[in-house]
Amino acid sequence: MISDPSMFSPPPALEAGPDDDQLLRVSLGPQHPSTHGVFRMNVVLDGETVVSLKPVFGYLHRNHEKIAESVTYLSSMPYTDRLDYICPLTNNWAYASAVEKLAGIEVPERAEYMRIILGELTRLINHTAFAGFILGDMGAWGSALMYAFREREKILDLFEDVTGARMMSNFMRFGGCRNDLPAGWADKVSVLVDGYGPFLDEMEKFLLGNEILLVRTRDVGQLPKEVLINGGITGPMLRAAGVNYDIRKVEPYGIYDRFSFRIPLGEKGDCYDRIMIRFLEMRESLKILRQALDQLPEGPFINPKTKIRNFKPPVGEAYARIEGPKGELGFHLISDGTVNPLRYRIRPPSFINLTLLEDMCLGLDLADVVIILGSIDIVLGEVDR
Amino acid sequence: MNDSSMEPTTSINRLPAPPKSGRWIVPGLGLFQGLMVAGRNMFESYYKKERMTTIQYPEQRAPISPNFRNFPFLCYDKDPVAGLRCTACSICENECPPKCIYIVLDRDENGKSLKRPKVFDIDISVCMNCGICAEVCPFDSIYMDGEYELSNDDRFSGLLLGLDRLSKSAEYHMQLRPEEASEVMARRKADEEKKAAAQAAKEAKAKADKEAKEKAAAEAQAATEQKGESA
Repeated sequence: MISDPSMFSPPPALEAGPDDDQLLRVSLGPQHPSTHGVFRMNVVLDGETVVSLKPVFGYLHRNHEKIAESVTYLSSMPYTDRLDYICPLTNNWAYASAVEKLAGIEVPERAEYMRIILGELTRLINHTAFAGFILGDMGAWGSALMYAFREREKILDLFEDVTGARMMSNFMRFGGCRNDLPAGWADKVSVLVDGYGPFLDEMEKFLLGNEILLVRTRDVGQLPKEVLINGGITGPMLRAAGVNYDIRKVEPYGIYDRFSFRIPLGEKGDCYDRIMIRFLEMRESLKILRQALDQLPEGPFINPKTKIRNFKPPVGEAYARIEGPKGELGFHLISDGTVNPLRYRIRPPSFINLTLLEDMCLGLDLADVVIILGSIDIVLGEVDR
Repeated sequence: MNDSSMEPTTSINRLPAPPKSGRWIVPGLGLFQGLMVAGRNMFESYYKKERMTTIQYPEQRAPISPNFRNFPFLCYDKDPVAGLRCTACSICENECPPKCIYIVLDRDENGKSLKRPKVFDIDISVCMNCGICAEVCPFDSIYMDGEYELSNDDRFSGLLLGLDRLSKSAEYHMQLRPEEASEVMARRKADEEKKAAAQAAKEAKAKADKEAKEKAAAEAQAATEQKGESA
């Protein structure tokens, strides 16, 4: 395997072809600030126009799935934080719901509400950070990112109060959550939710009327709906193209069927729609948060029947999916009745959304590639796993 | 799939789209609006109380949240060696996701378990601060610490915490997380009382049994004596 010398030959796009002396080959990344981590693109340019784009990833591969098969079910939980490190709580939620489905564990009412609140706060974090990063990709590094991160930090402080860590939360458990919400925490969230609307107004005023942003994002990176659907694209990327597909509505997990909210849809599916749709989604998230905070019941935060030590689900197979901030996040588990899973597989939204990158970029300028990559909203921790 | 649908967009209209609402009447208005926002944010950062959040770190410290967790420590009551709650059961060692805990059980010369660790090492350069060890411990022994100034110039032994650096008193835990610690203390006290009561009951029962036995023996003896006398 490793002794095979062809593994170490340079990737095909960097080799000179017979008739393409005029083409310029650029290795964009992996240490490029706009590649959102260690991601490399071998781009072939004709002048400024992209002729071919081959992604090279795996620099951040951490063997997550194999590690999870060799440790206990509970021990995989902190590893899921490190998948999409911008939004750890939705990763926890997806994994916990997969194990719950596998072992047939019921989740108490209060835990469901806590999950909804934390999950929607995570969506706010992700989309806010996205709004900051996309401006960084357009060359406006600084203000927008700082405003976004200022608000994000407020939510992270709330997360630290509950879970004990800003980002590596490790909070959801099979059948509930690890600990109860601290006293007065729900009030703090209410204050934050009330203050978030004005922040979004400010951010929209700051970004979305900006002529430079409009020119650089309108009609950039469009793909037909059919291509997106066939490519398995999910999340805001798909909805920006006008496909009404949100797992919170299509297959309501948890208690999402109790809340009234709408799914924003885009028209064209260009980068501008992708930015806009995230702003609209944040406003819907605020609606869900207000309802959940009003209805938050008292009660146990974890199913008391769940075993913490020596947890062995019955033999079987389960796939559970949730609508993560980036798209459909699913965990597929196969149990053979022992303490560790026989097979553990993740369906990561960033990775699958990245597969159509070349189709979106062909024929555009190199500067557009960076914006398109930013508009997909990838996190390399999840792409490489 | 239709082949033509797979073709990427190649021609791009670089001109901005025509105005939908009134936004595009003055060219550059959006830019100006954005600049106003940026300007307001800049000035607010000089006078608004909630914006001036800088903490002069080594002199001032932000209070840490009660749930904040960093690295684990071992809890002991009163005596750091005899009072150590850890029984070296290795549950944390098995559940630890990055396997950073190393435990050796202490045994006496006959090979009998002393129910305490001889070696308890945590490599904090490997530890991922998840808190699972604290969660699975059935003996209320391991908890997550809030200490964060742990930089060290020795990257091998300086980051490998042994029993001497891991053991911390129950009072420290009480100071760190009063709610959790008082709950644990109350539970341990109740358990101890229960244990003591059970022990007392057992002893009382043993005593009663013994007395009953003695009585029966005495009666039997008396009976035999009586028999002998009568014979």
